[in-house]
Amino acid sequence: MNWITNFVKPKLQSFVGKKEVPDNLWETCPKCSQMILKRELKVALYVCKHCDHHFRINAKDRLESFFGNNFMIIETPKIKSDPLKFKDSKKYVDRLKKAKKNTELEDSVLVASGTLNKTKVTVAIFDFNFMGGSMGMAAGEAIVTACNYAKKNKLPLIIFSSSGGARMQEGILSLMQMPRTVIAVNSYCKTNQPFLSILTDPTTGGVSASFAMLGDLILAEKNATIGFAGSRVIEETIKEKLPQNFQKSEYLLEKGMVDFVIHRKDLKKKIISILEFLNP
Amino acid sequence: MQNFLDFEKPLLDIRSKIEELRHLKDTSENIANELSNLQDKYDKVLGDLYENLTPIQKVKVCRHQDRPKFSQIIDQIFDKFEIISGDRLFSEDRSIKGGFGRLDNKNYLIIGNDKGNDIDTRVKNNFGMAKPEGYRKAQRLYNLANKFNLPVVTFVDTPGAHPGVDAEDRGQSEAIASSIRCSINVRSPIFSFIIGEGGSGGAVALATGNKVTMLEHAIYSVISPEGCASILWRSANESEKAADSLKLTAQDLLDLGIIDEIIKEPIGGAHRNLESTCSAIKERLLSYTQEFEGKSSESIISQREQKYLSIGKEFLIS
Repeated sequence: MNWITNFVKPKLQSFVGKKEVPDNLWETCPKCSQMILKRELKVALYVCKHCDHHFRINAKDRLESFFGNNFMIIETPKIKSDPLKFKDSKKYVDRLKKAKKNTELEDSVLVASGTLNKTKVTVAIFDFNFMGGSMGMAAGEAIVTACNYAKKNKLPLIIFSSSGGARMQEGILSLMQMPRTVIAVNSYCKTNQPFLSILTDPTTGGVSASFAMLGDLILAEKNATIGFAGSRVIEETIKEKLPQNFQKSEYLLEKGMVDFVIHRKDLKKKIISILEFLNP
Repeated sequence: MQNFLDFEKPLLDIRSKIEELRHLKDTSENIANELSNLQDKYDKVLGDLYENLTPIQKVKVCRHQDRPKFSQIIDQIFDKFEIISGDRLFSEDRSIKGGFGRLDNKNYLIIGNDKGNDIDTRVKNNFGMAKPEGYRKAQRLYNLANKFNLPVVTFVDTPGAHPGVDAEDRGQSEAIASSIRCSINVRSPIFSFIIGEGGSGGAVALATGNKVTMLEHAIYSVISPEGCASILWRSANESEKAADSLKLTAQDLLDLGIIDEIIKEPIGGAHRNLESTCSAIKERLLSYTQEFEGKSSESIISQREQKYLSIGKEFLIS
């Protein structure tokens, strides 16, 4: 590799590419700027074949990549009303409507049960496309539902986090999802069934500071941003440049905060292997 | 001289006039009458202002430099206090203090955010922003309370957990998450008092009480109004709008079913009368202690869990 392949080629390709190809067929890798066929990208679990960049994957694709068509969606409660009548530049109810339309989801967390190599498991999956995967009442309740289902049916619990944290538009009610989800996970863990927490890009704020850091094992996808405070806030506070790779999965592994850092294509195999130890 | 907040300017004006007249050292009836009139006016303006504080004004009041802080409150309320230090893992974090407290011959375990009373302690205490070692000390304290079956009293007053490279490196998220989990498993009752600023996850770590009680002008919020404004309005100048929208006042939180009770503050706010503020807190604490006396560990844990699990249920459709 030299500066031509690293820098000039991708720049050229993105420059030429953008003009000539229809939008809907190709995706540009935000890291290496190479064009990738969308079809191929989906097969590759949304990992760039050129630079291994892990795109954010939506909850449904994640679910299919784990279970194929062999899963059952578990219904979770929806928000009835906007209790705070929150409005910034847009009304919260309008933001919700738009997110529902764009993602075809009811809220940011999908709960399902399925079978992984003969082991039945319960999963909860965050979808970052739904308002940044933010955790409000519906997401919190989805985690509680997943815990209760796994507890009742004595199943391993796997939660895939991808969230900027609490949903500001629900104010204190979203903050209360921290103790609520911790209570649910804590109660589930007393059954001695395994809880695997999978941290994907990004896992921060009220999600990382609640159930996500309480897994029996914590696995992080490659190069995911994981932390409590946002890096911009930290930079403004300390007025210094942040260390290289700060708050990335690999950095957290060095700091002893996660068990493994893993490529998305190996994740399923790894989970199966771990469950064989914990759930023989 | 008292420290006045920006919206207290009318008070400051009256106070200056009073000081001016006093300075005359004139004991004539005219002056005495005027002084008494001015004092009446001052009291009325003060009462009116604090009766109608807007959310952003409450934000300023709860952050007031003279607002009662942890150590002053402990001194006032408890007959005896034995401080406990360190997380046994890394260091001593002075932004979270704790120890054994005795009140009316009953023993308690106390944990609280301490913003510090003066510039020196404020810096030492990192302005009440805890690092992982602070939360890990809190876990030690929760575990002690659990082992010796001591009721826990927490005092919440923090802008939030410390945002910094060191805090992240040592697992700020894990420390907060584990503190919450630790508190959930405590078999003795936890009484949480939000006395000033209840800032985000850093506050939740100390606020998972069987009873959660707020001082009248305290706030409790998912994010600071400034932070919220800079994200959602893209301008920190919109923090007044954000403060309105976030529903962070004690009155809003009582309506939303987040807290159990509000403790009325003296006229002009807690910082104008430490003694009466603390005696009101003490009175509630004694009453809660009595309420929970003789309850089984199972019922205490279950009441706490159910309290949180039922929050917000009315806003969801199953």
